[in-house]
Amino acid sequence: MNSDTKKVITDPLFNNNPIALQILGVCSALAVTSKLAPSLVMCLALTSVLACSNVVVSVIRNHIPSSIRIIVQMIIISSLVIIVDQLLKAFLFEISKQLSVFVGLIITNCIVLGRAEAYAMKNSPGMSFLDGIGNGLGYSLILILVGSIRELFGSGSLLEYPIFPLVTDGGWFTPIGLMLVPPGAFFIVGFLIWGLRTWKVEQVENPEYQIRHVHRLEDA
Amino acid sequence: MADYLTLFVESVFVENLALAFFLGMCTFLAVSKKIETALGLGIAVMFVQGITVPVNNLLYQYFLKDGALAWAGLSDVDLSFLGLISYIAVIAALVQILEMAMDRFVPALYSALGIFLPLITVNCAILGGTLFMVERDYSFGQSVVYGFGSGFGWALAIVAFAGIREKLKYSDVPNGLQGLGITFITCGLVAMGFMAFSGMKF
Repeated sequence: MNSDTKKVITDPLFNNNPIALQILGVCSALAVTSKLAPSLVMCLALTSVLACSNVVVSVIRNHIPSSIRIIVQMIIISSLVIIVDQLLKAFLFEISKQLSVFVGLIITNCIVLGRAEAYAMKNSPGMSFLDGIGNGLGYSLILILVGSIRELFGSGSLLEYPIFPLVTDGGWFTPIGLMLVPPGAFFIVGFLIWGLRTWKVEQVENPEYQIRHVHRLEDA
Repeated sequence: MADYLTLFVESVFVENLALAFFLGMCTFLAVSKKIETALGLGIAVMFVQGITVPVNNLLYQYFLKDGALAWAGLSDVDLSFLGLISYIAVIAALVQILEMAMDRFVPALYSALGIFLPLITVNCAILGGTLFMVERDYSFGQSVVYGFGSGFGWALAIVAFAGIREKLKYSDVPNGLQGLGITFITCGLVAMGFMAFSGMKF
C-alpha cells in the first residue's frame, strides 16, 4: 500500500473527520447512538452505501451530463439505500425497527452525496472505493465512541452485556438518564470535538471551518 | 378537531424534528449564524414540509401501500419497497416547481431565500417528516397538520438557536471548543429546554 492510498483511508479518521470537522452526517450520528448495537449496524449500512455509491458514480462519471448529475447521484444512492433497508428488514428486523427512519435518511446524509460530488466525480473507481471506506470509518469512529459512552453510562452495559452492576439489581451504579436523552448526545459530541481539537491543534485555527470570528484579548 | 390541535402542538414542541429527532442538523448547525438567514430558511422549510408531507401521503395511500392499487384492479401488489426513491423524487420535483412558481409570483421572497430553496431537497428534516408520516400511518388530514406543524417547529428551533448564537460570538470560549464544539453544547442546552415540553398533555 503506497502512501497515497493510505492517506485516502486514514485522513478522514482524525485529520479530516466528516462529523467533527466537516459537519456532515450529524443527524444520524446523534439519533441512533443511544445504544451501541444500532450504532454498529448504522456504521455498517452507511459505510457500505458510501463505498458502493462512490464506485458506481466513479465508473459512470464520464457519462453523466453535469447539469443532471445531482439527480443521477441521488437515484444511485437511493437505490443502494433501498437494498440496504430491505436487507436489514430481512435479517436484522429488531434493529431495523430501532433505527426506524434513519436507514432511509442515509439518502439525505450529506456524507454520501458530498463524497460522490467531491471525490468520486473526479477519481478512479478503486480510489473512490477506498475514499468511501475511509470516510465511512471516520463516521463510524465517532458513532462507536458516542454509542459506547451513551450505553455505558446511560444503562451500565455494552451491547446489552452488563458492565456496571445497576443499583436496581443490587449493584452500585445509578444510570445517568441524561446520556440517553437527546441533549446528552449533543454534549458528548461537543466534548469529543473539544478533545480532538486539543490534540490536533491545527483544526482549531482552520479558517475554512471557523464558524464565527473570535475576538479575544490576547489576539488584539 | 381537538385531535388535530394535539397533533400540531406535539409536532411543534414535544417531537420537534430538530431538537428531539436531530433531523436537518447539518443545515441547522451551518446556517444558524444569523437570525435573518435562519428565518428565511425556516420559512422555506415550513413551506416545503407543509406541501411534501400531504403529497407523499397521497402517494403512499393510493400507490405504494400494500393493496393500495386495488382501485386499479391490482389488489395483491405491494410497492412499498419503492417508497424511498419515490419520496425523494417527489421532494426534488416539488422543490423545483416551488422555486419556479415563487420566481414567477413572489420574486421578493424568492430572492430572499436564494440558495436555501434548492438545498432543502437534501435536508433530512423533509424526508424524515415524510418517513415518520408513513411509519405512523397518518390519514390525509393528519398529514397536513403534521407537515405544517413539524415544519413550523423546525423553523422555531433554528430561529431561536440563531438568536443565541448571535450573542454567543461575544463570549470567551476555550480554544478547542470554539466554533463547532460550543455550538453542539449550546444546542444540547436548547434541546434540554425543549424537553420540558415533553410533559405537556392535552
